[in-house]
Amino acid sequence: MPDYKTKLSTAEIEANFAEIDPKMTEAEALFEANRCLYCYDAPCTHACPTHIDVPSFIKKIASENLRGSARVIFDANPIGASCARVCPVEVLCEGACVENTLVEKPIQIARLQRYATDHAVEGDIDLFQIPESNGKTVGIIGSGPAGLSCATYLARLGYKVTVYEKRELAGGLDTYGMAEYKMSQKDSLDEVEMIGRMGVEFRLNTSVSPTKGHEEPRREKKLSNAGERNASLSVPSTQHTVVDQIAFSDLCDAHDAVFVAVGLGKTNDLGIPGEDNEGVFESLEFIGEVKKRAWHDVPLGRTIVVIGAGNTAVDVVTQSKRLGAEKVIMVYRRTRAEMSAFDYEYELAKSDAVEFIWQASPLEIVGNGRVEALRCKKNDGSLEVFEIRCDMIVKAIGQEKMTDFFGAVEIETDQKGRVVVDASMRTSLENVFAGGDCVNGGAEAVDASQAGKRAAAGIHKSLFGENVEFTGQGSSTKCP
Amino acid sequence: MADLTTNFAGITSPNPFWLASAPPTNMGSMVERAFDAGWGGAVWKTLGEPIVNVSSRLAAIDHGSNRMIGLNNIELITDRSLEVNLKEIAECKKKYPGHTVIISLMVESKREAWHEIVKKSQDTGADGFELNFGCPHGMSERGMGAAMGQVPEYTCMVTEWVKEVSDLPVIVKLTPNVTDIVPPARAAVRGGADALSLINTINSIIGVDIDTMIPFPNVNGMAAHGGYCGPAVKPIALNMVSELGRDGEVDVPISGIGGISNWKDAVEFLLLGANNVQVCTAVMHYGYRIIEDMLDGLNNYLDDKGFESVHDIIGKSVGRVTDWGNLDLNYDVVARVNNENCVKCNLCYIACEDGAHQCFSFDEQGYPVVDEPECVGCNLCALVCPAPGAISMVRIDEGGEKRTWKDMTSKS
Ligand SMILES: Cc1cc2nc3c(=O)[nH]c(=O)nc-3n(C[C@H](O)[C@H](O)[C@H](O)COP(=O)(O)OP(=O)(O)OC[C@H]3O[C@@H](n4cnc5c(N)ncnc54)[C@H](O)[C@@H]3O)c2cc1C
Ligand SMILES: Cc1cc2nc3c(=O)[nH]c(=O)nc-3n(C[C@H](O)[C@H](O)[C@H](O)COP(=O)(O)O)c2cc1C
Ligand code: SF4
Repeated sequence: MPDYKTKLSTAEIEANFAEIDPKMTEAEALFEANRCLYCYDAPCTHACPTHIDVPSFIKKIASENLRGSARVIFDANPIGASCARVCPVEVLCEGACVENTLVEKPIQIARLQRYATDHAVEGDIDLFQIPESNGKTVGIIGSGPAGLSCATYLARLGYKVTVYEKRELAGGLDTYGMAEYKMSQKDSLDEVEMIGRMGVEFRLNTSVSPTKGHEEPRREKKLSNAGERNASLSVPSTQHTVVDQIAFSDLCDAHDAVFVAVGLGKTNDLGIPGEDNEGVFESLEFIGEVKKRAWHDVPLGRTIVVIGAGNTAVDVVTQSKRLGAEKVIMVYRRTRAEMSAFDYEYELAKSDAVEFIWQASPLEIVGNGRVEALRCKKNDGSLEVFEIRCDMIVKAIGQEKMTDFFGAVEIETDQKGRVVVDASMRTSLENVFAGGDCVNGGAEAVDASQAGKRAAAGIHKSLFGENVEFTGQGSSTKCP
Repeated sequence: MADLTTNFAGITSPNPFWLASAPPTNMGSMVERAFDAGWGGAVWKTLGEPIVNVSSRLAAIDHGSNRMIGLNNIELITDRSLEVNLKEIAECKKKYPGHTVIISLMVESKREAWHEIVKKSQDTGADGFELNFGCPHGMSERGMGAAMGQVPEYTCMVTEWVKEVSDLPVIVKLTPNVTDIVPPARAAVRGGADALSLINTINSIIGVDIDTMIPFPNVNGMAAHGGYCGPAVKPIALNMVSELGRDGEVDVPISGIGGISNWKDAVEFLLLGANNVQVCTAVMHYGYRIIEDMLDGLNNYLDDKGFESVHDIIGKSVGRVTDWGNLDLNYDVVARVNNENCVKCNLCYIACEDGAHQCFSFDEQGYPVVDEPECVGCNLCALVCPAPGAISMVRIDEGGEKRTWKDMTSKS
């Protein structure tokens, strides 16, 4: 750990991490909802990957039918409350809003979505009727957006669903990865709890291993305070338990179908000398520490260099700054124009006084057991080599694919390590489906949610031979 | 899930929402799409001797950035032949036996003409008739529509003619273009009406193009007064519905019409005594799809309030409307400003200063303060206030004995 300690007080850090899009007041929500034109065949609905009927849910806010509004949202997107907070709406629904052309001010769809979903989540309102068991069971590996979505639709069709999650909390990156100023763990876990109330069983601290005898060694793990209501889904206290192992083949035997939603692995290594110096972190590790909100325990440097220029890199730089790092520098091997982060994310980093070094490739992490500098080479033709003095480095250059896992269970992947699926999200194995980041190579939570929906339809078709079209899946037939 | 099925003068419908007789019910394919969307019933566009319509026939009033808070039209009854309409009604009823189809009628003031059209139309499978005594433009110049509805004797007489031959329930649709809605309503009941519906459109000129100086809608340089409807007419319709709800002689079901745009508007009509509702302008603005939230919102409302059926709320507010002379003069409210919500726009100050009773001053921090003894409790400041919760109207009387103007004048 670097020696540096933030000079900010807890209160100052809390203020820095205040929600970037706070909840609307009733007056704000009504004003904004009434501004919506209620377009027919609306562009926002087309732009949403889960095709939430946006004008419909907004009209219901205007008519003060909040329960109905929340139902419209969750009907098309089971993680609608999370998406309201984390979706890159500037390039999705709000980017498509016709009010952009009329008055250059789109309807604040995401905040309205949050207003409606909060009503259901905070009120513990159950929006869907769960039918009698249909006699079939499905095992889902991974409780991230893809797993949660698939579990919800299957539960709504009467499946007995068990979600296996190796971590101590459910929610995947919704719980462990989202920038804290967008969404807290509590928000994610509240949504998980709502899904739990539909009868979906969560087996936390349960890792699915690719083959028998391939199990990872049993690890000691912290677990939540058993006993309280839905304890396993809430933020954990400090009780100890072990991580269970279950072999993939046993899982397949135990269930009629399996949905693999394992996401991606840890952040890629740089493959340069010095990566094992103390003070070198990978982005997810760092973000995971921030998510605990034990602000003064998060590793922090005086000068932090973040390598990469995607949205994750932006999350790291902005959160480092908000924790009180004095200087935060983003290093990227290409130009600003080629940066993969969304424009508004870049603007956010800029407004947080982050510095940028473009066209510089890391050559070596200089240090003597501890990070002292990052040595880079300029890519602008000058080939200039230079060093950035720093006491902490965070790697944010994309996540690894889980190719070892898929190789071992003989699920086909493409050259980029992504699981190969057909239109129904079926993998190369009978009755094994996959979706989310492990299939698309890494996209947004909302894409994973849509993949889970499509997989649920694929599973149902495979097990019952019946075509079901969930809301927003592609056609108009509604889910029961 | 509450029960939304309604029984209106013996006609059962899956829900209390019908489309009013107007362009959205022009023809079979439209009504069928409406039923698919969820509408419980439809009153077919008024049938009669085919007419010729003018081109350019609608105009609207906007308020700020809100489009079409009121709509005005100079359209007449159907311009399609009776045979085509009746054929489509029969087909539609065959396909949608559980949905309600009402045939709206309007012919000249001759007994044989009414007998003939009723006989021709009643074996289509339709569920009832609605007599259009309300159209205030065009048709009234020909002695039809409002020309019948404005004269109680005619209303009674024509209703009787229809009842002489009709095997189906007869609804009389009233015009609001009268000084008192009760006499024509009673006349219809006397004539044998099984139910009433109201309101049809209100006489209006929606505006004038101040550049060309031609009023809207422009028909080759000229305009005619037309029928006004849409959200802006709701208060007028609510009043008329409630007057009939309170009238002892009007003992037939009422179909409430006028400015209904969402489930909440519908609930208000039901509470004031309507047994179901009809909608036109809101559908012309947004399409049949608005029925989805009307049903969903009504359902959730009934569930939240613990009502099992929509019937349970009908007329619940009728007893809350009375004559002015029965209102309690001892009831006393005053305005109070809640600084934490105040945005200091000072609209309350100027409204009270120039439009009410000069009760406002400002404190050292610039917040408006009410001089309570001066406040008459008129509500104006609270109505103009844009900040929720910034002004509350607070009751200050002791809640003692009631004192009414009627009591006072009868004692003296
Ligand atoms: C730092 C970061 C920030 C992001 N920010 C946003 C954002 O703001 N907005 C947005 O829309 N998207 C964002 N994303 C992307 C989004 O998080 C992902 O697209 C989404 O979470 C993918 O969902 P998933 O279900 O496929 O995988 P994940 O969310 O990764 O979930 C996979 C789950 O599977 C579990 N698992 C893996 N292997 C096993 C196993 N063998 N046994 C049992 N469980 C296993 C994991 O523990 C994990 O819980 C971000 C991603 C990152 C990395
Ligand atoms: C363009 C137009 C045409 C109409 N035509 C008829 C008609 O043929 N017969 C009739 O009874 N009412 C007719 N109406 C009146 C409506 O049925 C209804 O009573 C009125 O519009 C009030 O309801 P609303 O505020 O929901 O629009 C018409 C209204 C409009 C706007
Ligand atoms: S709404 Fe249709 S019929 Fe009317 S003017 Fe426009 S295009 Fe013509």
